[in-house]
Amino acid sequence: MSENGFAHEVDVTVIVNGERVSRRVDARRHLVDFLRLDVGLTGTHTGCEHGVCGACTVQVNGDVVRGCLMLAAQADGAEVWTVEGLSDNGSLDALQKAFVERNALQCGFCTPGMLITAADLLARDAKPSREEIREHISGNYCRCTGYEAIVDAVEMAAGTRAGATQAGGGSQ
Amino acid sequence: MKPAQFAYARAKDLPHALALWAEAGEDAQILAGGQSLIAGLGLRLADTPALIDINHVPDLAGVTESGDRIRIGAMTRHAELARNPLVAEHAPAIAEAAPLIAHPAIQARGTIGGSLAYADPAAEFPACVVALDAELVVQGQGGERRIPAADFFLGLYETALEPFELLTAIEIPKAGRRRQTVQELVRRHGDYAIVGIVLAADVQGDTLGAAKVVYFGVGDAPVVAEGAARALEQGDVSAALKALNDDLDPPGDLTGGPETKRHLARVILQRAINALRAQ
Amino acid sequence: MTIDLNQVDRPNSYIGKTVPRPNARKLVEGRGQYVDDVHLPRTVHVAYLRSPYAHARINGINADAAKAIPGVLRVFTGHDLKDVCTPWVATLDHLKGMKSAPQHALAVDRAMWVGEPVAAVVAESRAVAEDGAAALEVDFEPLPVVADMETALDPETPVLHEELGDNLTFTRTHESGDLADAFASAAHVVEETFHTGRHTGVCLEPRSILADFNRSENQLTLYAATQAPHMIQSSFAKHLDLPEGKVRVICGDVGGSYGIKVHIYPDEMATAAISRVMGRPVKFIADRLESFTADIHARDHRVKARMAVDSNGKITALEIDDLTGIGPYSVYPRTSAIEGNQVVNLCGGPYDLASYKATTTVVMQNKAPMCQYRAVGHPIACAVTEGMVDLAAEALGMDPVELRRRNLVPDDAYPYTAASGMKFEGLSHHASLDKLLETMGYDDLRREQQALRDKGVYRGIGIASFIELTNPSPFMYGIGGARISAQDGATVRMDPDGSLVVLSGVTEQGQGTEGMLAQVVAESVGVPMETVKVITGDTQTTPYGGGTWASRGAGIGGAAAFRAGRALRDNIIQVAAAMLQSTPDALDIIDGAIKDRATGEERMPLAELGRIVYFRGDTLPKDLDREMVATRHYITSDYPFAFTNGIQASLVEVDVETGFVKLLKHWCVEDCGRVINPQLVDEQIRGGIVQGLGGALYEECVYSEEGQLENANMADYLVPMASEMPDMVIGHVETPTQESELGAKGAGEAGTAGAPAAVMNAINDAIRPFGGRVTRMPFTPERVLAVLGKVPDPDGR
Repeated sequence: MSENGFAHEVDVTVIVNGERVSRRVDARRHLVDFLRLDVGLTGTHTGCEHGVCGACTVQVNGDVVRGCLMLAAQADGAEVWTVEGLSDNGSLDALQKAFVERNALQCGFCTPGMLITAADLLARDAKPSREEIREHISGNYCRCTGYEAIVDAVEMAAGTRAGATQAGGGSQ
Repeated sequence: MKPAQFAYARAKDLPHALALWAEAGEDAQILAGGQSLIAGLGLRLADTPALIDINHVPDLAGVTESGDRIRIGAMTRHAELARNPLVAEHAPAIAEAAPLIAHPAIQARGTIGGSLAYADPAAEFPACVVALDAELVVQGQGGERRIPAADFFLGLYETALEPFELLTAIEIPKAGRRRQTVQELVRRHGDYAIVGIVLAADVQGDTLGAAKVVYFGVGDAPVVAEGAARALEQGDVSAALKALNDDLDPPGDLTGGPETKRHLARVILQRAINALRAQ
Repeated sequence: MTIDLNQVDRPNSYIGKTVPRPNARKLVEGRGQYVDDVHLPRTVHVAYLRSPYAHARINGINADAAKAIPGVLRVFTGHDLKDVCTPWVATLDHLKGMKSAPQHALAVDRAMWVGEPVAAVVAESRAVAEDGAAALEVDFEPLPVVADMETALDPETPVLHEELGDNLTFTRTHESGDLADAFASAAHVVEETFHTGRHTGVCLEPRSILADFNRSENQLTLYAATQAPHMIQSSFAKHLDLPEGKVRVICGDVGGSYGIKVHIYPDEMATAAISRVMGRPVKFIADRLESFTADIHARDHRVKARMAVDSNGKITALEIDDLTGIGPYSVYPRTSAIEGNQVVNLCGGPYDLASYKATTTVVMQNKAPMCQYRAVGHPIACAVTEGMVDLAAEALGMDPVELRRRNLVPDDAYPYTAASGMKFEGLSHHASLDKLLETMGYDDLRREQQALRDKGVYRGIGIASFIELTNPSPFMYGIGGARISAQDGATVRMDPDGSLVVLSGVTEQGQGTEGMLAQVVAESVGVPMETVKVITGDTQTTPYGGGTWASRGAGIGGAAAFRAGRALRDNIIQVAAAMLQSTPDALDIIDGAIKDRATGEERMPLAELGRIVYFRGDTLPKDLDREMVATRHYITSDYPFAFTNGIQASLVEVDVETGFVKLLKHWCVEDCGRVINPQLVDEQIRGGIVQGLGGALYEECVYSEEGQLENANMADYLVPMASEMPDMVIGHVETPTQESELGAKGAGEAGTAGAPAAVMNAINDAIRPFGGRVTRMPFTPERVLAVLGKVPDPDGR
């Protein structure tokens, strides 16, 4: 391929979970397949491949995105975080603990995407209402739980976060 | 559900994008937010020899103010439109519409230019720009031209864009004292609307001056309800509701038959009027 | 020794407690292993070309262009596979007169529904396989389509399988009591027709299989997302001409199943057949689009109902006429007649009925095959029954709660045989009703409803009592000749460190089976739960069993595990008694240690016992039995099914201008017998309710007259999402079954069984001032507006 020209195979370098990953990928390869097949990160799941179900949700340059609606080629130079990395660095810990305690997952297939979406909400708003939680996660399908336990768990995690902030540097 | 093979190129700047497009031919497609395009390619509904990625073209994203207009770069994403103070102040319908589009992950990537160029008749933004009298700025090999939003949407996924022409910005007259609202009926949060409306007007007592009544989800493009608008300018709501019988000829779809859409269009006009008056 | 599970403060008391599932943490860290996460060397990928026609002759398939694509390895047609994989006919002997036609893994000469696999392309990647499928040239010759089940039996309708004579798969009528007299002498007779929309499961993980045939060992290993590994083993072995012992099914994590993953699918069978031919691993992961047309559908029923009541509000008769269209083939091996049969078995179930008549008519058509999906037949039977009860209450001018009170089978009437012939060991309809009314504050809600109605706000309250069939005996499938096991087994083993390994024939689909088994075994042996490791989903290592369906995991798998745990405990205590020069009845196992029963004094940790047994067996008496492993099986025998019961209530608000229904709150009181883990049971019910709400409000496979599925994608097939779903209050009444020591019945169907009926009744309650009534699911805004008289009826009635 010529520099800045068309190619059916594209060389990409992506910072995935803090590690530099370089691969040559088909131009048509979407980000989820790149993560799962080229990098071996199977925690991100493929649920619909047309941007509806949210199972493939990952973080790209700080935004939550649908991994199936972004090409791997587009991620060249980007920073991508998946459930594996966000578990290893503890970012999701409060949510994960709450999900386990509240049984906010059954089959677990939607869970990584759900957690990443929930974390996005808590990053914007530390104390969301139940309605805000429901609205924010409404692009992530869960077929098992009926959602209530997930909403409870996000609330629980939000409580944990607020408490931690207060204990860490609160004025009381 | 993997797309068929295509080639990819990342454009450095606008001339590069246009040059790449010329090189790849008319069937190549511009990759903006990709939230409809990549889904369509995966479904193999769309087929393209090549994608030209304009996500790294400088100066295509962002909102600026100039005189009595604001200018929204085509690559401005829905999430930005929802929180941008210039949009909130001068084009509140756009700010109101942005969070209605799908969900946070889609809003993070989807762009207003992509939405307009895709021209889905059930989408919010096309109706918004028509209702707000926007001008669409497009760039082709021959230079820049401007298309009034009212002339831009020609039919189902069909626009006034010529081959090799790229939408670069949307210029919207500042709302001033005109009020704007977006109302829609969706089964589930973030869904495409069964029926949606953008209403903009200069509210003076009972009359809605220079009313713009634009529907989405009731035709193959945004539908301007002229008869209803004229009645609202006279302050006659019941005449406006009646006028919709002539203004709208909605085809049925999975969300409802023509009569249902017409009925809901009346309900939603009343609600939009109420919302506008309550502002 | 037995455990009195009714005693609250017993040692090791995990049964009845909420404890987190041991396998949840791995799932929240993305460390589950679903089939698509399994990578074997030399794996190839298959994509299927599916029929775009509902009915078409296949005159020829030209694969030249497909084979020319780099990376495409092989192309298979129906003719290529028909000698590798024999066709199947899905009938059950006990369903008298049932018929179906032979079905092949890939269509041979004729495609019968949109989505039927017609050809397979095997390639180095799924993407290239799809390129190959797109390049296949198939000469389809469209044939007349039988789409409408209402006319499927008409003489002018083409017969889909000529050799069967007509399009009738199965019909059955059950009748008891004097129906004619009951209707003749009734104070009121109410009639209605109900439609439950055709819908599908939409498991977030699509159907997935990795088939690995190893020629050197004549061994087929299937990594499968399934509910029933042993059933898969048996069926694949039979049709691929392998001994059952040469087929191993490994089922790791499964991304939801709900009945979708308990059937034999032609594309999965074809995948294994291709592996058999190619001698290498072949992976098939259904994509979302093909899932909509290739997964089973369910619930497409039209039910006409008639009910008689006397002037005292006693229901005297119920008559049901059920019609269902199940696609072109009955689904193997459970058959597609069960759902209709369940409607006959379950209608009127909660009520003390003197006369009952029900007929189901199961017909074939050119749509996707229908078969068992969560709460098989229940939501249909419940909606019809509860809809009729509300109609009768309206006719009588009686509160619907009062009418139920007068007719629900009394709590002291058990054992009880229903008019349908179903036998109930012990149910609690009245206790459940009382608890529901108290929990929801029924009287206050009624007052609020009235007050709001005066302000133009239309709220409705809907109630639905239900029965739920769980713990099936061989009467469900086995007596019909299907190799579907009703018994299940568990092996419990103590290792040297005193930890336990449990091997069970039931499987984990996310409902918490493994957690439940760990709880049951921890308590039955007497060890901390964290020392119990549960293994499921491997036909080569676990005891033979039926797997997970019909809510049998806890009631049957749990009962077997409980017995195995008790047996191992007895073995351990025998050894301990010999070591400690004591007697078995003087010892107990508590918290992983041998203790003196009388004083509670610790005599020896299990790790010490394990050390001696495994490494210093020389110090034990030569003739001492030292089996640190026990296997037990369990089967129900007193009753064909363990029925449970419950009741749900829905509070909705209907926007009478738009027809939109807002779900405000939902309640369920459920009696699944012994509750092993309250949190897991509650979440089964909540998840089930939301699947039921999906059927009530959103989900429908919309077919055109040409048999095209018009909303076969995730954007147009509406599944419940978080924003529109209500919070749900769950309560329990516990009537343990006496059949097992554990006393557990199932809980997986309850939510789905009752939710649609409760919502239907709530909507109709809300719009009662306007006189209309919804009876056709899903209750879309358009259908609600139609019964309100504001728009034309979209269903053309």
